[in-house]
Amino acid sequence: MRKALEISNLKKIYKGGFEALKGIDLTVNEGDFFALLGPNGAGKSTSIGIITSLVNKTSGSVSVFGKNIDTELEAAKSYIGLVPQEFNFNQFESLMRILVNQAGYYGVDRKTAHERAEKYLKKLDLWDKRDNASRMLSGGMKRRLMIARALMHEPKILILDEPTAGVDIELRRSMWEFLKELNQQGITIILTTHYLEEAEMLCRNIAIIDQGIIVKNTDMKSLLSSLNVETFILDLDSKDLADHSSIELTGFTSRLVGECTLEVDIDKSQTMNQIFTQLTDLGINVKSMRNKSNRLEELFVNMINQSHEAAEEK
Amino acid sequence: MSSSVNAIALKSILHKEVHRFMRIWIQTLVPPAITISLYFVIFGELIGSRIGQMGGYDYMSFIVPGLIMMSVITNSYSNVASSFYSAKWQHNIEEMLVAPVPNWVIVAGYVGGGMARGILVGLIVTLVSLFFVDIQIHNIWVIIATVCLTSATFSLGGLINAIFASSFDDISIIPTFILTPLTYLGGVFYSISLLPEFWQGVSQANPIVYMVNAFRYGFLGVTDVSLTIAFSVLGVFIVTLYTLAMVLITKGVGLRT
Repeated sequence: MRKALEISNLKKIYKGGFEALKGIDLTVNEGDFFALLGPNGAGKSTSIGIITSLVNKTSGSVSVFGKNIDTELEAAKSYIGLVPQEFNFNQFESLMRILVNQAGYYGVDRKTAHERAEKYLKKLDLWDKRDNASRMLSGGMKRRLMIARALMHEPKILILDEPTAGVDIELRRSMWEFLKELNQQGITIILTTHYLEEAEMLCRNIAIIDQGIIVKNTDMKSLLSSLNVETFILDLDSKDLADHSSIELTGFTSRLVGECTLEVDIDKSQTMNQIFTQLTDLGINVKSMRNKSNRLEELFVNMINQSHEAAEEK
Repeated sequence: MSSSVNAIALKSILHKEVHRFMRIWIQTLVPPAITISLYFVIFGELIGSRIGQMGGYDYMSFIVPGLIMMSVITNSYSNVASSFYSAKWQHNIEEMLVAPVPNWVIVAGYVGGGMARGILVGLIVTLVSLFFVDIQIHNIWVIIATVCLTSATFSLGGLINAIFASSFDDISIIPTFILTPLTYLGGVFYSISLLPEFWQGVSQANPIVYMVNAFRYGFLGVTDVSLTIAFSVLGVFIVTLYTLAMVLITKGVGLRT
């Protein structure tokens, strides 16, 4: 399998001495849907900035489909489509002009550029706004415009830096579907996001970065399987609770939160059936059940905490 | 990248730049026409009629080339300075920085945009001046060469100003405190031969003197300086400023962290 992105010992020290990247190594294979997660200031945007040549690296190497950015920068750039975190298009230009000009910077002639702009504006439900100044768009529309713009030269790798920030749930889900579709068409996608549910739902592989270091780099399944304990919330029938001041479940850690809500911690060796059996024996019916927190979020928080503790020990 | 890819990229930047100043034509094309009309009315009709001849021509005819050149200089400079700085400020310069556009194409695109506005404004001002004076042409090639090289020089100057600028104030400091005094003292309104010898020497350090005089030669056939020196000065400025702009953009000064 070809390597879409290969980063080796990448370091970045900003003026003033802040060390944003402390020598990261990362490989993303062609066709992957890859998540780069980390808290604010972890080094995600710096990494993306270096890959797309918006940030000068201090040392290390970056190759995009085998093209090293030090020796074949223009070739490397031609493979990448970038959806940055901040809106960075001309606020006074129309959507059509923004897209056609962007395609032109990659050598796409204006006729082809107009055809592609029509295709993506329609696909992203922006066609009616094509002649409007971009500043007139809503936040969600601006995000979609940035995705359309990144696709105008038909990149092989699409990098999205928090693409769904500030986007409502319905729109976020439609963007997820669109990104999945692009990935199925063969575009390698690298995503940074604060919505961990988004990463869990979309990405096959994941790297977690904290304080300029990759603290975990694995596939999503392996990462989630390392989760030992999950917490479930059970909504109990209030009629059945009249005779119970507390609920004790043998072998489980549980607690009543609110009048008829029970939180239960379940480790890998236990089953849900054991909980239901005990509650049935107590004469308590369960009306509904849900996972307390996003599983990935739990892992993420644990890893970041461990990373901080390790840093403090040093 | 292949030359055809670069050509399309250059065309796109030029397209964007020309569209920008045409979209805001009330801010970019109309003011020079009004300003120049006022100059003609005040300096040409009211005051000029009392001055008499200068350089062998009536005062109105004498100042026309300088006024056209002044508009070309100001508009070439301010077009690139404001457009490039706005692109930095809105971060849409990143659209070009992430694309495989060679740095020379970015420089050429912005300078081309500045030249387009400078030359268009020059044409408008020339048309306006026809209402006040009969324009004669001594050497059209000198006119074309001077206006193109001068607008390229000041477009490069505007680009370098914008690269270093970190606020909108920074792109008005150079035009206000350097460009305007140099232009007014650059022989637009007088022949430097009228100055005392010492100030004639000082004036020769002002590059705008060479541009205005070469341009005036194209219209009237009179000049205070040698054309060879004038074009040499323009050549040196263009090479120096282009080299500086390329170094700055390649290093990412003001553009990359």
